Amino acid sequence: MTNTLLHPTRRGLLMAGGAGLLTAALPGYVGAQAAPIKIGFQLHRTGIGASYGRWYERTAQAALKLINDGGGIAGRPVEILFEDDGTDPKRGPEVVDKLTQSDGSDVVMGTLFSNVVIASAPRAGELKVPYLVCSEGYHVASGILNRWTMQPGITDVRSQITAMAPWVSANLGKKVAMIFPDFAFGHDHRDFFTAAMAAQGGEVIAQIAIPPTETSFTRYLPQIPAETEVLYHVMVGPAVLTFVKELGEFYGTGAKPQFFGFIDSLEAVDTATPGLEFLEGSHFWEAHNRVKPADAGEHEDAYRAAVGVDDNGASVSDAADIATYSHMFSTWETLFAIKAGMEASGYTGPADRQKFVEAMEAMTDLPYGIERPQGAKVFNGKTHQVFGTQNISQVQGGKLVRVHQTSMADGAYGDAVDYTTMAF
Amino acid sequence: MTGGGARIWALHAAVLVVVFAAQYWLSPYHATNLARIMVLAVFAMGYNLAFGYTGLLSLGHALLLAAGMYAASIPAQLWGWTAGPALIAGIAAGGLMAGAVGLLALRTAGVSFMIVTLMFAQAGFLTILYFAPVTGGDDGFALPAASRTILGFSLATDTPRFLAAFGLFASGLLASLALVRSSFGRTMVAMRENEERSRMLGYNPFTVKLAALVISGLYAGGAGAAWALLFGYAGASFASIQYSILPMLYVLLGGAGTVLGPFLGAVLMFYLIEFASDLTSAYLFIVGLALVILVLFAPKGILGTIRERWARWLP
Amino acid sequence: MAFGPFLLLALMEGLVTAAVLALAAAGLSLVFGVMRVVNVAHGEFYMLGAILAWVVASVVPGPPAVGFVAALVIAPVLVGALAAAADGLILKRLHYDPEATIVATIGLLYMIQQATLSLYGPNANPVPAPFEWRIQLPWFGYSGYKLFVVLAAGVVLLALWIFMRRTKAGLIMRATQVDRTTARSFGINVDLVYMGTFALGAGLAALAGVLIVPIQQAQYLMGGDPLLLSFIVVIIGGLGSLRGTLIAALVIGLSDGTISMFFTPTLAKIIATLLVAMVLVFRPQGLFGARA
Repeated sequence: MTNTLLHPTRRGLLMAGGAGLLTAALPGYVGAQAAPIKIGFQLHRTGIGASYGRWYERTAQAALKLINDGGGIAGRPVEILFEDDGTDPKRGPEVVDKLTQSDGSDVVMGTLFSNVVIASAPRAGELKVPYLVCSEGYHVASGILNRWTMQPGITDVRSQITAMAPWVSANLGKKVAMIFPDFAFGHDHRDFFTAAMAAQGGEVIAQIAIPPTETSFTRYLPQIPAETEVLYHVMVGPAVLTFVKELGEFYGTGAKPQFFGFIDSLEAVDTATPGLEFLEGSHFWEAHNRVKPADAGEHEDAYRAAVGVDDNGASVSDAADIATYSHMFSTWETLFAIKAGMEASGYTGPADRQKFVEAMEAMTDLPYGIERPQGAKVFNGKTHQVFGTQNISQVQGGKLVRVHQTSMADGAYGDAVDYTTMAF
Repeated sequence: MTGGGARIWALHAAVLVVVFAAQYWLSPYHATNLARIMVLAVFAMGYNLAFGYTGLLSLGHALLLAAGMYAASIPAQLWGWTAGPALIAGIAAGGLMAGAVGLLALRTAGVSFMIVTLMFAQAGFLTILYFAPVTGGDDGFALPAASRTILGFSLATDTPRFLAAFGLFASGLLASLALVRSSFGRTMVAMRENEERSRMLGYNPFTVKLAALVISGLYAGGAGAAWALLFGYAGASFASIQYSILPMLYVLLGGAGTVLGPFLGAVLMFYLIEFASDLTSAYLFIVGLALVILVLFAPKGILGTIRERWARWLP
Repeated sequence: MAFGPFLLLALMEGLVTAAVLALAAAGLSLVFGVMRVVNVAHGEFYMLGAILAWVVASVVPGPPAVGFVAALVIAPVLVGALAAAADGLILKRLHYDPEATIVATIGLLYMIQQATLSLYGPNANPVPAPFEWRIQLPWFGYSGYKLFVVLAAGVVLLALWIFMRRTKAGLIMRATQVDRTTARSFGINVDLVYMGTFALGAGLAALAGVLIVPIQQAQYLMGGDPLLLSFIVVIIGGLGSLRGTLIAALVIGLSDGTISMFFTPTLAKIIATLLVAMVLVFRPQGLFGARA
């Protein structure tokens, strides 16, 4: 099985996609011998998260195919039930409800946008259904959610940010101006990077928070102080490309600081888009390198082939369709974490949901493998949060080239909660 | 419309009995949905009092919903208030906010009123983001479980939640019915139909409209508070323009200026999305198409059209 | 940045915002002024214009300018035709009842958004500007195309004004606006006028979408903001007054730009929004509207 995955043919790929569609369309078709395990999936199919949702669905389908080809979970076939949450915090908990109570999902997988996750988690807690989110927000480990919510597939944003500061201060400069969206995700960047930079002897000299309703940004750019050495930028939503383009226009051919951005500013956007030439030489955080690094791990090819992504991080069927590469692996890794948790707990049905959570909490070292194509991770059972390594890439010739990989210790911070002491 | 008093009260009582009994024959999933719909219907009933009866086309009711939501959930979060006081705070905040908005916005009428309320609501939405340390901004926050209790019952469990939603809904519906059948209710309709004439009859349009808006705000505030307390979350997205348009859509779909219309519209819209999303992933197309077809057959909304054609006695 | 250049940039940005607002509002001003219906789907016509500009740009070979000019013609015509169909099939049958129209156009909005999402996808795609011209001032750089948008907004509004004031079609539309019944008794085919107005309004929105997309990217949700903003501009300007629309766009654009110099961005946005609302509170008929 693994062998064909490592050397897939185009035909194999098409079949993988086809099988995925079939699974979704005909629930139970794989379940001839045993009742399938149902995984509900809250998906940003519409709304401002839709470009992420599309790739989350593709990646999850690919992982599902791999799991079923390998015998499913504890010998039972697996199916995923996708339901659109509209990227809307009101709809989020309704979808958790539907997936659990109406569709009979064993566990529910969560979505990207923090507000949807925070709104949905209470309902998952009430229903006592494991809710495994792929959001990277610092809301699981901060302790504001509950024992049923965990994030086993992607490092949270606090750790990502903290891990960037040593390299930024050593290589780019000490005086940083930050520009970020004026909501919680941006505030995490503001607070944690400012603190991490101070610990490195650097200084954040300006914090420019952009209202999330904004579609044009130039007027805020003069607030960047002239003595800025590094401009740290992060933006999300449909206006990201406008933001980056306007940044380029603003500096034009004049003197400019070093740019350091989170790839969120350009997720699903081609770095070679006209107007982005000024990014040449600038740096980005990436969780998972969009452009395949020369020294990529042994499972990278198999992962890309299974999901249908080429070496540049674009869809194999459309080179203009850029993946949300630094986020979507989380759905793949979460599915494999569910498999591991269910098999470790001897999960047989909804009555074992608590056992499943306890088995997840007992996990620690998660080594690199096809289950975790982004890299090795450590799961912290107390905070329900997984931690891994991060990458810094530089735009070279219009492509993102990895220049640094952080260590696990770079992103470490103290536990803020111990969920294992909380009641179910 | 007079004379049918007994028939009217009987009809609404029957609706309440059916809705109450629904918790026994619906699956837990659909019963929870019904609890959600009842809270949304309270919001829409409030909107209906302003728009359907008094003719105030507001595009800013999300602000009133959010006022109630945060007035209930911030004390719950910071000072551990339980659901009873929090709900009262929410209702009051909705009314106060409506009064403040009304004092300024009611200087205008028609489309100008629509735009002023829209802009106040937009400013309110941004204000919630601006005070993110308290409001949680766009992320919002989950309410502490301890505050989601009333008389010792946890609102995070099915039966108390349903009963709480039903209690709010039933009192909202009956109050709404009593109001529109009162002389003040007829004055509200007079504002909608012919403001000039009612002025000559000695009414002060400004006070009547302000009172109607404040009552509408009490409903919206109650709905916002109830949403936070029953479903455990408060966030800025509930202050966005989408939540000003939703109650208008419920009201227009069910029938503007009908007491039961907002509830009917909320049920219809909720289950339209539910069924359409089971059919296809492109479900919004079906929803849109259904709205167009519905309005072609019932341009006054379902109950509005029924009233026009068959049941003129419907309040 | 020193105060002088900062102010210059704020004014330039304010002017561009004003131009974007005026362009987006021109079509709505017409539809709202003549037909008195709230078209919630107006922003979607704008979005379709932008998306069609992307489609045309990726199909038409040659330099970006060719595709751009082609899109300037194709997008408004297609979107205008779609709007005419929507008018004939839906709005006319509702007799332009204001309330029913709101529901119907919300339905239309859902359908257009979903169709775009299904066919075009969720990504925000860039459309190249017809020309590359970057102005480099000593303090900052600026996109020359943005200044072109300001010019284009002026031309579009002027053309619309001439159309309404100097042509027979414009006269008929104005007559229908003033009194539908009398217009009908003078032999004017009011149904046709309405259909034409609705199509022209949608076409103008699409034209605005084509003009603006090189600075804003084509995305299926991009119609929401222009809808709200153009409503605000049209009402503040005073219903049916093109001059009012233009001046309101300038007031909102420039105040938004300059206020953002003195406060943190979100606070500036709050203040600007409240200030504009206050204009209407103290002048309910809008800047140039007749008192109702």
